[in-house]
Amino acid sequence: MFNPLAILRSLGSLVVNKIARLGHASRFSLAVLLNSGAILRRYPLTLREIWFSGVLSLIIILVSGLFVGLVLGLQGYEILQRYGSADALGTVVALSLLRELGPVVAGLLFASRAGSAITAEIGLMKTTEQLKAMDMMAVDPVARVVVPRFWGGVISMPLLAAMFSSMGIFGGWFIGVVLIGVDDGSFWAQMQDAVDFRYDVWNGFVKSFVFGVAVALIAVFEGYDADPTAEGVSRAITRTVVTSALAILALDFVLTSFMFRGTP
Amino acid sequence: MNRTTLDLWVGFFVALGMAALLFLAFKVGSFSGAQIEHTYQLQAKFDNIGGLKVRGPVKSAGVVVGRVADIRFDPETYEAVVLLNIDTRYTFPKDTFASIYTSGLLGDQYVGLEPGGDERKLATGDTIFKTQSAVVLEKLVGQFLFSKAAESQDKK
Repeated sequence: MFNPLAILRSLGSLVVNKIARLGHASRFSLAVLLNSGAILRRYPLTLREIWFSGVLSLIIILVSGLFVGLVLGLQGYEILQRYGSADALGTVVALSLLRELGPVVAGLLFASRAGSAITAEIGLMKTTEQLKAMDMMAVDPVARVVVPRFWGGVISMPLLAAMFSSMGIFGGWFIGVVLIGVDDGSFWAQMQDAVDFRYDVWNGFVKSFVFGVAVALIAVFEGYDADPTAEGVSRAITRTVVTSALAILALDFVLTSFMFRGTP
Repeated sequence: MNRTTLDLWVGFFVALGMAALLFLAFKVGSFSGAQIEHTYQLQAKFDNIGGLKVRGPVKSAGVVVGRVADIRFDPETYEAVVLLNIDTRYTFPKDTFASIYTSGLLGDQYVGLEPGGDERKLATGDTIFKTQSAVVLEKLVGQFLFSKAAESQDKK
């Protein structure tokens, strides 16, 4: 029963398969970037994809942002008033949203709302042999199908993250100022004093852009690479959500360690 | 979905995103670093700078007039050399007094400039000679205890 050779062989095939997949993914990413000119030549297609992944994600992003802000307002106030510094509530809400929660939570929501839909669409096109048919008609499926979806996601994601942060700050303001009664002036003044445009707003924007690239690339690759069966497509969608979430969290750690080192 | 409604929705989406970014940039954040464009550099030597940091504000009469550009240690005189970038819109007399203050109890430290009465103005590269060091809390407490002890000894 116990066969060391078989175990070694299965380990070897696992590693070889992973490396082959990595190579496939890199070549695919390069092809997407090289064909990116297609978004200008076929900009109505890209517009449709911005609608698909951006406009349709508006509701979930705005509502989640509002609720995250409301919770931050309540929790932040509860902790800050112990130290008699409830006036700093605006600073706490704005900095935590701009630096971390905005890009990360919006990215996770974007991956599960738009990323999974992109994978499902491309995977189903592959299953029903639409991609092959395009290839037959000398239409490059990467330029026609993949590139607009990729750039639609990349363009939507930073805008969605900015809306998420804005809604969150509004939620924190609503709880803190309107319901609890923190002073309106010091809420905004302390926030503006602590938040620097380049250090906080811009770095958060860069983060959300990087997450957008990662999620969109993972989503289109998993769809394009899916097994052309019903089960294969469902697996590809699961992989999109799981891989995107892990990629966002890992990238967030790397970016944070480069961006925020204590001295502005 | 017909083309005009699609365009409308995407336009609405992008406009909303831009509005959110502008809100974050102007209402939530501030262009504190970018506000001062043209500066000239002054130098000030302090015995002790306390917790002063690079990019900390330089204020006169409570208004931010510049930023701390660099902090160095002078190995000859054992003093801290602080380089200040001052907005070119403001000039200060030669006998300006520079001190290090703390904003609030736990706030950041900043350089305060109090202008003197000299006719001549400070220019790029000049050094402010009249300075006062940061108040270090431990020293203050130490002095207080020392003077208390001295008082009680006098009474005996």
